[in-house]
Amino acid sequence: MHMLYMIFIDPFMQMAQAPDLFAQTLWDGLVAGVLYALIALGFVLIFKASGVFNFAQGIMVVFAALTLVGLHDAGLNAFLALALTIGVMFILAFTVERAVLRPLVNQPDIILFMATFGITYVLIGFGEYVFGGDPKVMPTDAFYLPKGAITYHTLGGMVQFQKLDIAAAIVASIMVAGLAVFFSKTRIGRALRAVADSHEAALSVGISLEQIWVIVWFAAGLVALVTGIFWGARSDVSFALEVIALKALPVLILGGFTSVPGAIVGGLIIGLGEKLFEFYWGPLMGGGTDAWFAYVIALVFLLFRPQGLFGEKIIERI
Amino acid sequence: MLYREAGQFKTDYASDQAIFPILQDRIGLAVILAVAILLPFANNDFLTNAVMIPFMIFTLAAIGLNLLTGYTGLLSLGTGAFMGVGAYACYKLTSIFPNVNILIWVLCSGFFAAAVGTVFGLPSLRIKGFYLAIATLAAQFFLEWCFIRVSWLYNYNISGAIEVPQRTLFGIIVTGPRATAETRYYIVLGFLVLMTWAASNVVHGRIGRSWMAVRDMDIAAELMGIRLLPTKLLAFAVSSFYCGVAGALMVFLWYGGAEPTVFNINQSFTILFMIIIGGLGSLLGAYLGAALIFILPIVLRFAPEVLGLHIHAATVEHITYITTGVLIIFFLIAEPAGLARLWQVGKQKLRVWPFPY
Repeated sequence: MHMLYMIFIDPFMQMAQAPDLFAQTLWDGLVAGVLYALIALGFVLIFKASGVFNFAQGIMVVFAALTLVGLHDAGLNAFLALALTIGVMFILAFTVERAVLRPLVNQPDIILFMATFGITYVLIGFGEYVFGGDPKVMPTDAFYLPKGAITYHTLGGMVQFQKLDIAAAIVASIMVAGLAVFFSKTRIGRALRAVADSHEAALSVGISLEQIWVIVWFAAGLVALVTGIFWGARSDVSFALEVIALKALPVLILGGFTSVPGAIVGGLIIGLGEKLFEFYWGPLMGGGTDAWFAYVIALVFLLFRPQGLFGEKIIERI
Repeated sequence: MLYREAGQFKTDYASDQAIFPILQDRIGLAVILAVAILLPFANNDFLTNAVMIPFMIFTLAAIGLNLLTGYTGLLSLGTGAFMGVGAYACYKLTSIFPNVNILIWVLCSGFFAAAVGTVFGLPSLRIKGFYLAIATLAAQFFLEWCFIRVSWLYNYNISGAIEVPQRTLFGIIVTGPRATAETRYYIVLGFLVLMTWAASNVVHGRIGRSWMAVRDMDIAAELMGIRLLPTKLLAFAVSSFYCGVAGALMVFLWYGGAEPTVFNINQSFTILFMIIIGGLGSLLGAYLGAALIFILPIVLRFAPEVLGLHIHAATVEHITYITTGVLIIFFLIAEPAGLARLWQVGKQKLRVWPFPY
């Protein structure tokens, strides 16, 4: 009886008694969700256009952030470093297309998935070799990222909003809106959607698959760079960031592998759910539940809707 | 040349359907077994302890995952956790019943892993492919969390790690720090040989065929009268059994103690590499893949010294990462069906030599 009370009633009592804490937890969850969504977005871009489940997205985030910080530490002007990093991400996209995707065209999904593991290993080794394995500090001042927090005294307490988090949310929204416009209004965007629908049909109307792949990996690299800047500003830039890529996987399940809005909504749901559960129910189980709760949400969700929130309906034929 | 079946006549169905129909294959297998048995007499502790024992344990885990992913087509990323279930089950069993033969507990711990694997295999009826892979990640992270938070599992140790107690078998010390490398080598070898033999029989029989039917097209398999849920769950159970035994062997006969991080997500990925590089749906592939993925970094680590180069240890580690990554991509491009396929192609070439086909 006591157990049931602790599970079903007590957490909600706490929420009602301290609405400021509840609001703060909600906000933290949303911010974490935005960052998960950004990583998931990189996954979705590549999966849509090439059917590759890109495990390397996480390490691309780290690699982009490391390159940026490394170049800045070498004494370059911040925006020159940013431009150079974008250049590096383009070279990466080009190399991946040439060295990995092109020879593996038309292979089963799992083989391409494994190949992205190979890319992950190369990037880890290369990144550590060039920039060292120590955590680095993101120079927030040089990029004019806001610091500090806004504090509201409401709800019988106070709620703190980190300015950096607000900036992250704004930038993420702009990027998603930009991508949406890019996908629906531009020539390349339409080509990308055509490729996503069917590789063969796209080829037959004269769309170059190779170009599209370079573009889409480059776009994913840019998303990775933005993600890397904001994650790096919240904590240090280190290879530990790589594990956040695994957090993006349940987001993908919730949203569906091929849906950009799905990635955003899924990210927010996972971020919120994880933080609320850890804060109100976690102590009952000894804490640390955010390591697996996202996956359990995804698992339960899958049982009812296997194609995700916004995924295309799976039709099977013999 | 030598490898040719000319003159070997099959006079009954049994010999025609044998797994190794060609005499030379059987001789080769016998030679490999003999070398494996005689290996400890080389008296090289590094070879038995740091190369062969882990290689055989990884092979066992790879066979387990291959039964699931290669034969049944269900992608799983929870291998590390299932190995952990085996290890922790074995640890609890032997600390509750210290007088029972430890080898029996190693086998029994496989059943615990099988039970857990079956539970986490339940979603496989509704979802497949990468969606299922992520569902098994739930198993991986949840179980890993249990290994850390549920202190009953490690007997309320302050360190949070499990420490292997000393156990004897017929007066010989089998586990614990005082067991010799030879004893442990022979036990692991015994488990590997017996379980490979069992796996080979399973996949060549009715069960294996129904698994492969499900892998090739599950709807068609269902229409042919294969019940999907029992088949898929059996694959999860058998696979987790193998992984659990491998995990128990890993802790009891190799590490001698373990922290929860041993069974983390990277372990799962390593085993997955092994079966994909080795060859999906092939027992030989598990062996070849484990050999390549496990032994390659060891070779890379010692290669600069042998060549007389003095490179910083950290640099060697980075180069190992890069080389492993490049090799994975290289092998996938060269032969997406894995090393086992390369071996088959080579054998076929030998059989018809000197003609091209």
